[in-house]
Amino acid sequence: MIKKLSPYLKKYRIFAIGAPVAVTIEVILEILIPYLMSKIIDIGIYNKDMNFVLKMGGLMLVMALFSLICGAVAGRFAAVAGMGFAKEVRQALFNKVQEFSSTNVDKFSTASLVTRLTTDITNTQNVLMMMLRMLVRAPVMLICATSIAIYINARLSLIFFTVIPFMAIALYIIMTRAFPKFQQMLKKYDALNSRVQENLIAIRVVKAYVREGYENQKFREAANQLRLTQKSAEKVVVTTMPLMQFAMYGCMIAISWFGGNMIIGGSMLTGEFMSFISYVTQILTSLMMVGMIYVNIVISKASVSRIIEVLEEEIDIKDNDKGLTELKDASVVFDNVSFSYAKDKDNLTLKDINLRIEPGETVGIIGGTGSGKTTLVQLITRLYDVLSGRVLVGGKDVRDYSLKALRDSVSVVLQNNVLFSGTIKENLKWGNQDATDEEIIEACKAAQAHDFIMSFPDGYDTYLGQGGVNLSGGQKQRLCIARALLKNPKIIILDDSTSAVDTATDSKIREAFAKKLKDTTTIIIAQRIASVRDADKIVVMNEGKIDAIGTHEELLRTNRIYREVYESQQQGVA
Amino acid sequence: MSKFRLKGPVKKPQDTKRTLKRLLDYLLDYKLQLVFVVIAIIVSSMAGVAGTYFLKPIINRYIIPAIGLENPDLSGFIIMLLLMSSIYVLGALSTYTYNRLMINISTSTLFKIREELFTKMQKLPLKYYDSHTHGELMSHYTNDVDTLRHMMAQGVPQLISGLITIVGVFSMMLILSPLLTLVVIGMIVIMLFTVAKIGKKTATYFKRQQEQLGKVNGYIEEMIEGQKVVKVFSHEEVVIKDFEELNEQLRQEATNANTYANILTPIMDNLSYVLYAIISALGAAMVIVGRSDIGTIAAFLQYTRMFTHPISHVSQLFNAIVNALAGAERIFNLIDEEEELDEGKVTLVNIEKNSDGDIIETDKCTGCWAWKRPKEDGNVEYIRLKGDVRFKGVTFSYDGKKTVLDDVSFYAKPGQKIALVGSTGAGKTTITNLINRFYDVCEGEITYDGIPIKEIRKADLRRSLAMVLQDTHLFSGSVMDNIRYGNLNATDEEVIEAAKLANAHYFISHLPEGYDTVLTADGTMLSQGQRQLLAIARAAVANPPVLILDEATSSIDTRTEALIEKGMDRLMEGRTVFIIAHRLSTVRNSDAILVLENGRIIERGNHDELIALEGKYYQLYTGLFELS
Repeated sequence: MIKKLSPYLKKYRIFAIGAPVAVTIEVILEILIPYLMSKIIDIGIYNKDMNFVLKMGGLMLVMALFSLICGAVAGRFAAVAGMGFAKEVRQALFNKVQEFSSTNVDKFSTASLVTRLTTDITNTQNVLMMMLRMLVRAPVMLICATSIAIYINARLSLIFFTVIPFMAIALYIIMTRAFPKFQQMLKKYDALNSRVQENLIAIRVVKAYVREGYENQKFREAANQLRLTQKSAEKVVVTTMPLMQFAMYGCMIAISWFGGNMIIGGSMLTGEFMSFISYVTQILTSLMMVGMIYVNIVISKASVSRIIEVLEEEIDIKDNDKGLTELKDASVVFDNVSFSYAKDKDNLTLKDINLRIEPGETVGIIGGTGSGKTTLVQLITRLYDVLSGRVLVGGKDVRDYSLKALRDSVSVVLQNNVLFSGTIKENLKWGNQDATDEEIIEACKAAQAHDFIMSFPDGYDTYLGQGGVNLSGGQKQRLCIARALLKNPKIIILDDSTSAVDTATDSKIREAFAKKLKDTTTIIIAQRIASVRDADKIVVMNEGKIDAIGTHEELLRTNRIYREVYESQQQGVA
Repeated sequence: MSKFRLKGPVKKPQDTKRTLKRLLDYLLDYKLQLVFVVIAIIVSSMAGVAGTYFLKPIINRYIIPAIGLENPDLSGFIIMLLLMSSIYVLGALSTYTYNRLMINISTSTLFKIREELFTKMQKLPLKYYDSHTHGELMSHYTNDVDTLRHMMAQGVPQLISGLITIVGVFSMMLILSPLLTLVVIGMIVIMLFTVAKIGKKTATYFKRQQEQLGKVNGYIEEMIEGQKVVKVFSHEEVVIKDFEELNEQLRQEATNANTYANILTPIMDNLSYVLYAIISALGAAMVIVGRSDIGTIAAFLQYTRMFTHPISHVSQLFNAIVNALAGAERIFNLIDEEEELDEGKVTLVNIEKNSDGDIIETDKCTGCWAWKRPKEDGNVEYIRLKGDVRFKGVTFSYDGKKTVLDDVSFYAKPGQKIALVGSTGAGKTTITNLINRFYDVCEGEITYDGIPIKEIRKADLRRSLAMVLQDTHLFSGSVMDNIRYGNLNATDEEVIEAAKLANAHYFISHLPEGYDTVLTADGTMLSQGQRQLLAIARAAVANPPVLILDEATSSIDTRTEALIEKGMDRLMEGRTVFIIAHRLSTVRNSDAILVLENGRIIERGNHDELIALEGKYYQLYTGLFELS
């Protein structure tokens, strides 16, 4: 797992290596300071050598200051490496998601992708930073402190060798027992939060049906479960502190007794005894730290593996680098196409589609919700790939084109219109980065958007919030159409893109299309018959199949579904 | 979605005293346990301080004098160690005791606070929800309760024990050597200064990091949600470049913020080693000139090490506690928020006819309902529930500034179908919000079966109405449970009957587990249209005399709508129905159509009359005007 993420640390390698090095120096100095202290006591005081005392004292002071600098440098380096790493991983993830096909996105769901790019990265970066400082510090401290203890007095250091394994085992047991309980607690926590969120979103329903009491009861249950799991998890953890104290105090007493006897027997000096006591704290705290790091690493493991999952996801739709860059003509052919979102032959969204659209033709597609209209057109720009059969554009399989060339020539106005935060002009320029103001205005006029844009005080420089929140549905749709027109496409697809536009404007847009886009193949998915009745041909879709193809008049005569749709929209209009 | 996860900058509580008192009120349920907790904390920290002091007598009295003796008398030494051990054991046990007790207290208190918070939320008027985002409300449950938990379980105990340790150590130092203590005081000043300085820098940079993180996460959200658009415009490279800039800025801010956070501990730690060095040398010098002894120095040095941790910790804890109190205050503010007022006295009861043919109240479920209205003379009067709704000169504004409804009057007789038509913001939904008293009128009056709705108990009023809203909200649970939400007493058969009526039965039976299929996260596995069908079934099962359909069929295509029309007709039969629809085909056969514009009714009549009028409705209907 570490191996997979380590390349992202490359750019900050010096810092990632520097931090542990500085920490090591810091630790060694921290260990040496009590040792020097013992020299002051045993040599300086014993010989009443004031000079020696001052010299050693000065040396200790210098060491402490140097250690301080090392510690600060390590902190800085860890921050640089940790945050740099986070940046690289975030960028890599973001770039990867940009490569994702829609199938890839569907697999993870957008919400989960957002969590992976935000929360999971934050978790990982914090753990890395901690690791850079602690993961080295704790073991180095443990090793150095025990080594110097052995050096000073091997026999007395046996105390540490009894306590360390005992503590290590105890901590291990506590952690392994607590960990699943904490996992469970987090789950209950999520459950509680989603209860609240659900209630918040649906508060009108709750109130309208007078279900406050029922909701309270459901919440109470969730909250109580959380309380119980939390209690049982913390009950385990709470033993660490007193255990630690027992170990520490036990060491102190043992050192006092055995060390005291050694001093009396002449095999140890008072200063050495004193330095031993200060090593007790250092050794045991580093042991605790090792335990803590372990827990944190385990917790972050989930985040790390979720990140790696995205990074390693195989891109469903691969760009054809050596692909064709030019469309011969603007024809579209569906050749025996079947498609399934789940890639499952028994669960087809589109079944045996055969359809021929000539260059410059206008084709309407009509059908109920879930009949496969949107899916059908998404295959043209390779947002998804067919399961079997072929989609041909300009006489060539769409998979033979480079994605950029294909998508630059085919303009889609998606059903879920998305505008981005920025000015209207910035949004429109998505269609063509180099579009001149005249071109923009022309496209907006065709999409019947120019007038309402000009009615805003800032005109084309009006700032849109995320998702274009300050526009009405119809206005958003018209902007999206203008944006698509700016691409100057060979083929344009409107996926239910005028549903919120009134019929009069709708027909004006179609008029403009007919005039401006004479040679452009136009595919219109619509709910309203009026939007497609003038098309060269109309495709009626039903349950993933083409039910009929024909002109308005033909279909009215021959197709039951089309007639029903037509009638459902005509009733009562005198 | 990630918005409420971001921690805001440290906010200070407005009224610390009041918040603390409120918190204490919760804790007072555990009075006895709390007394034990405080005693245990004191014992635990005093034991640590006292134990160290033993180093001095042990070295001075038992070790040094015995050096070189052939048969030293160790009994005093042993007694000393036993005493020291018992103090330490007591200390460790106390540590366990207070931590263990605090778990009980904190989990139970938090449970209570959460519950109160949620219960309160159910009682708040919708106005409150309009002015507070979901993220904001959610953060009470996540951030605020979390910090509170931290404060109770760890913060306060550690603060108390830290303070006691500091005071204890300091007193011991004074006893051991006033002169050396003077040096310590000097170092404390430096340490406190450092903590304050670095702490301030950390806070500023963290705030900037959070702001930048918000921007980056916002961009991520926007671009992932709009990924299809990015793709069809081949905009990947541009987006990546923009993101790189934001990301680099975040890196710089985050590096700065974390640098300061990272260096605090090593600096404080090493400052304590500086102190250790000075004390070692100075102490040794004092021993040499005979102003002190080795035992004193040993104990003093150990105290020096014990000192640093609480000092750097206490200031951090203090910040955390201030933060937690601010969170607690936000929670309490919500708990203190004014509840939805309900002064209604009229209730809805089941009735039956007794043998004399008089209407009497009954506990039985007769399906026959009446309003029970207390009269001034103490008697009650029963009024049959019919579903007659009247607006008399109703004026309304959400914020007291912008008038949303202006002198609106109309009536709906029992069984009539009334359609509301008009642009967004014309006031259609507001009318329905007033009928079920999600909001209260500013001027005028609304009556229900002749009773002013202000006099009707809200729960009963709402029970007599069913609403199907534009955004259908489903709850996690089975399809069956979701439909049953309309009437918790409905049998499975009744639920299925309702589903059939709404034309939802067909797709439900095609779900993997049929009616037992568990829906998750607001029913995302269903299409918008299917969710609307479920919402209609939910209303059907509630079986109320008045039905409000707010864009209930907007996501259903016209053909399916035509298919469920029969079901809808049956659902609407015999009920007073208010229907809001974008699609005018839906409202055609209403008894009356009200066309709203800017909060006023500008046209009223049935479809044919309005078409003949050739006014606004005619324009809308023939598509000359865009509804937005």
